[in-house]
Amino acid sequence: MQALVLLWCILSLLGVAVVAILLGSYRITSSLTYGMTAVVSAVMCVVAGMSIGAVQSPAVALPLGLPWIGAEFLVDPLSALFLVIVNLGGLVASVYALGYGRHEPSPRRVLPFFPAFLAGMTLVLLAADAFSFLVSWEFMSLTSWALVLSHHRDENNQRAGYVYILMASLGTFALLLAFGLLAGSEGHYAFAMMRGQSLPPSYASLVLLLALLGAGSKAGVLPLHVWLPLAHPAAPSHVSALMSGVMTKVAIYTVIRILFDLAGPPQWWWGLIIILLGGATALMGVLYALFQTDMKRILAYSTIENIGIIFAGLGLALSFRVDHFGAAAALAFTAALFHAFNHSLFKSLMFFGSGAVLTATGERDMDKLGGLIHRMPVTALAVLGGAAAISALPPWNGFVSEWLTFQTILLSPELPQWGLRLFVPATGALLALSVALAGACFVRFYGITFLGRPRSAAAGQARETDRWSHGVMLALAALCLAIGLLPGYVIDLMAPVTQSLLGTHMPQQSSVAWLSLIPINKARSSYNGLLVFLFIAASASLAAYAIHRLASKATRRAPIWACGFPELSPTAQYTAASFAQPIRRVFGPLLFRAQEQVDMPPPGSMAPARFRIRLDDIIWNMLYLPIAEGVRAATDQLNVLQFLTIRRYLSLVFGVLVVLLLVIAIWR
Amino acid sequence: MALTRDLIVQGLQMLLVVALAPLVTGLIRKFKARLVRRRGPSVIQPYRDLLKLVRKETVLAENASWLFRTAPYLIFAATWVAAALVPTFATGLLFNWTADLIAIVALLGSARFFLALAGMDVGTSFGGIGSSREVMIASLAEPAMIMIVFSLALLVGSTQLSTIAAFMISPNVGLRVTLGLALVSLMMVGIAENARIPVDNPATHLELTMVHEAMALEYSGRHLALIELASSLKLLLYLSLITCLFLPWGMVPLRPELSVATLGAYAIGAGAYAAKLGLGCMMLALFETAIAKMRVFRVPTFLGAALMLGFLGALLLFVSRGL
Repeated sequence: MQALVLLWCILSLLGVAVVAILLGSYRITSSLTYGMTAVVSAVMCVVAGMSIGAVQSPAVALPLGLPWIGAEFLVDPLSALFLVIVNLGGLVASVYALGYGRHEPSPRRVLPFFPAFLAGMTLVLLAADAFSFLVSWEFMSLTSWALVLSHHRDENNQRAGYVYILMASLGTFALLLAFGLLAGSEGHYAFAMMRGQSLPPSYASLVLLLALLGAGSKAGVLPLHVWLPLAHPAAPSHVSALMSGVMTKVAIYTVIRILFDLAGPPQWWWGLIIILLGGATALMGVLYALFQTDMKRILAYSTIENIGIIFAGLGLALSFRVDHFGAAAALAFTAALFHAFNHSLFKSLMFFGSGAVLTATGERDMDKLGGLIHRMPVTALAVLGGAAAISALPPWNGFVSEWLTFQTILLSPELPQWGLRLFVPATGALLALSVALAGACFVRFYGITFLGRPRSAAAGQARETDRWSHGVMLALAALCLAIGLLPGYVIDLMAPVTQSLLGTHMPQQSSVAWLSLIPINKARSSYNGLLVFLFIAASASLAAYAIHRLASKATRRAPIWACGFPELSPTAQYTAASFAQPIRRVFGPLLFRAQEQVDMPPPGSMAPARFRIRLDDIIWNMLYLPIAEGVRAATDQLNVLQFLTIRRYLSLVFGVLVVLLLVIAIWR
Repeated sequence: MALTRDLIVQGLQMLLVVALAPLVTGLIRKFKARLVRRRGPSVIQPYRDLLKLVRKETVLAENASWLFRTAPYLIFAATWVAAALVPTFATGLLFNWTADLIAIVALLGSARFFLALAGMDVGTSFGGIGSSREVMIASLAEPAMIMIVFSLALLVGSTQLSTIAAFMISPNVGLRVTLGLALVSLMMVGIAENARIPVDNPATHLELTMVHEAMALEYSGRHLALIELASSLKLLLYLSLITCLFLPWGMVPLRPELSVATLGAYAIGAGAYAAKLGLGCMMLALFETAIAKMRVFRVPTFLGAALMLGFLGALLLFVSRGL
């Protein structure tokens, strides 16, 4: 039933895409497309939200696709939760684009693909057989690829598109193989049939690796993340928000679907691999982010960090599940889901904010921005909320999910496996480090962009953006705060999902006294965001009232003091690069082979002194360049084959046939 | 009845920390002065300074934003709430379950987030230098603190400060390597977080090595008073935390019945707390006088050691369980 409604919605989204093509580049097209997309995604969001806890209706089978399989679509609690995440993201992105889309220089390259992209993501979540899943997955990849290339004249975007399509193809290929293994020799392509059969452990482990390769590359897990920081910023900002906030969640969904649902009983080291990957991804993601100066690229790297945190939670859930610690597994799983939800909210908010800055100034480079809090007060306020949430400050929502993750790590000494006992605390340290570094990263992000004095004329003359964007950004900031204050309701919403996959769920939170959060029991740990917020608000107002009432409230404006030596030029301020310098000194030499080079002109010369920073992307240099080099060398060698005569081609084909037959004969 | 008493105790605690915080700062200054054979200002000098500052006119830079003006209140409030949640003379405070130790660390992180932003608001290089160094220090000190929390939580089975303190009073603590590592690590983190020597020098201005002072450089009047009070509160918080976790003797345990004996227990608790604070101040003064300030880029080594100590402590507990 719900699946059918959602399928109709998807059809109407595709209809919107067609209408957008037909209408062409009239002014009204943009508003019409985004308006209709917003309405449809709102409907889908509501339908999905209602079906999380509802009784599951049977799958809808459509006579599409391969003739003897058909296509099955189903809404179960897991897909319903992710449908809410995806379509909430789609809704806010569409409403934001009602204003932002007007500034789009080439709307015809964006408008048709935007609803189609959303339709593709929704279809992935609905698909209940391998065939329709893969088709939808590829559809999602291709539409997002088209959106990445919407400003295709920029050389960087061309490169981003190229790397993206390569990695996306690799990912789909891995998923294809994974589903092939899951389907077994009988060819059970429907998910319901896959669940029924048990795979041999070696096959199941292969499925794990392939799923990590396929879905992990889409999510941006180390070392498959290379395309993400290129592709996500290249798209228009509302699409970046969708790709970073939402499409990565579709990849998370795929990982959960395969590992928790289809692949059968897990082995203990699966969890370990995922936990370690998560910890490493989180730390490296945030360190990369700290050394960027492009606003949107920082956000893309921060997505990698958050995916790492989600993966660590999933890995912990898998480990607890192996050892039958139901409550702990439910807690870890809920923490991961909660963080996925939170991340989709605040990452969308941050991308919208950087889109607003981009429209207002035409700049994405932080070293040319500054002082925007005066010119764009509403955007600055909303982005401050997003920055606080993403830095995991209480009482915002990001803190709650990270707190839950830490609580899960503290349960892990119960695990019997030595590998887990050694590496889980190490991952805890990595996560603690990356959370602290994320705080530093967003102090830098916000401080350089919005505070200080303008570093360029464009930043000095920035104008505040439109009402639609403001409304959406403020609403998202308010939502981040509200979820941080009342996390219990969201956690209860996720209970059916954990129940359906793990057979147990966290204790009900919304009925706890004072609306606090008690994951295990009260003596162990509890947190109450609402009271923390009230205490802070009360003490801040008390302090303000007492001081203004009893002491002085006189204020005078004066020139900048700066110890009596104010620098007149705004270029003397700290820049994005100089702000990161202390942290670069600490982590750079080891992880990035950072080198700083100062060229001082000889005395008397009027030439400027130059300062260069070199950071090596070790993963790119060590992993991808050799592969690219190998492919190039191989193609050079094989080039000979291009200029043969027909005789030689025929004998080549014959030779290959003989070899293949021999292989089969020996193997049998 | 019990609720009223708990409310009173909680309220007393809130007032106590904010009233005591400047005294602690004054006491440390006095000790430090005496150690180098100066007479030093009176211990109540910080109160006089604060009073003078709040009465003065506040001078704002021309391009200071609303963030610059609201940040002091937020910093003060977050620090105050965090300090009020750490048990001082009695455990089992009414709102103790509002925030556990991880949340208290994160609350201090919130305060620091806004202070670092405020340092960058006016756009001077001093502010930038302070903020960028502060976040570097914090990015190592905060994980170290989380590791200490992990160690304690694994030992006690709780991140709740009241539960941990109650466990520490009880006789089944015993002598543990992890606790020793955690104590050393906590002291190192406390020194770094409170901008004390050898990480930062609270007594200097106009030095290229300053961190905390550089961020607050553009502040004046009531805003400066709030930031000063907040940093005193933070120092008191760390002292209380160390005493509450590692010297818990004399603290009133969870929820006794109201009677003369209870009042006596509270009096003993308060006296013990005062004595412990005095001892802490003296130790800190002694340490600061004995050691030289280190270069900024040696701070990561110092904090890295704290992080590794905390991590080792936690790891020991992870692997020694079930042996």
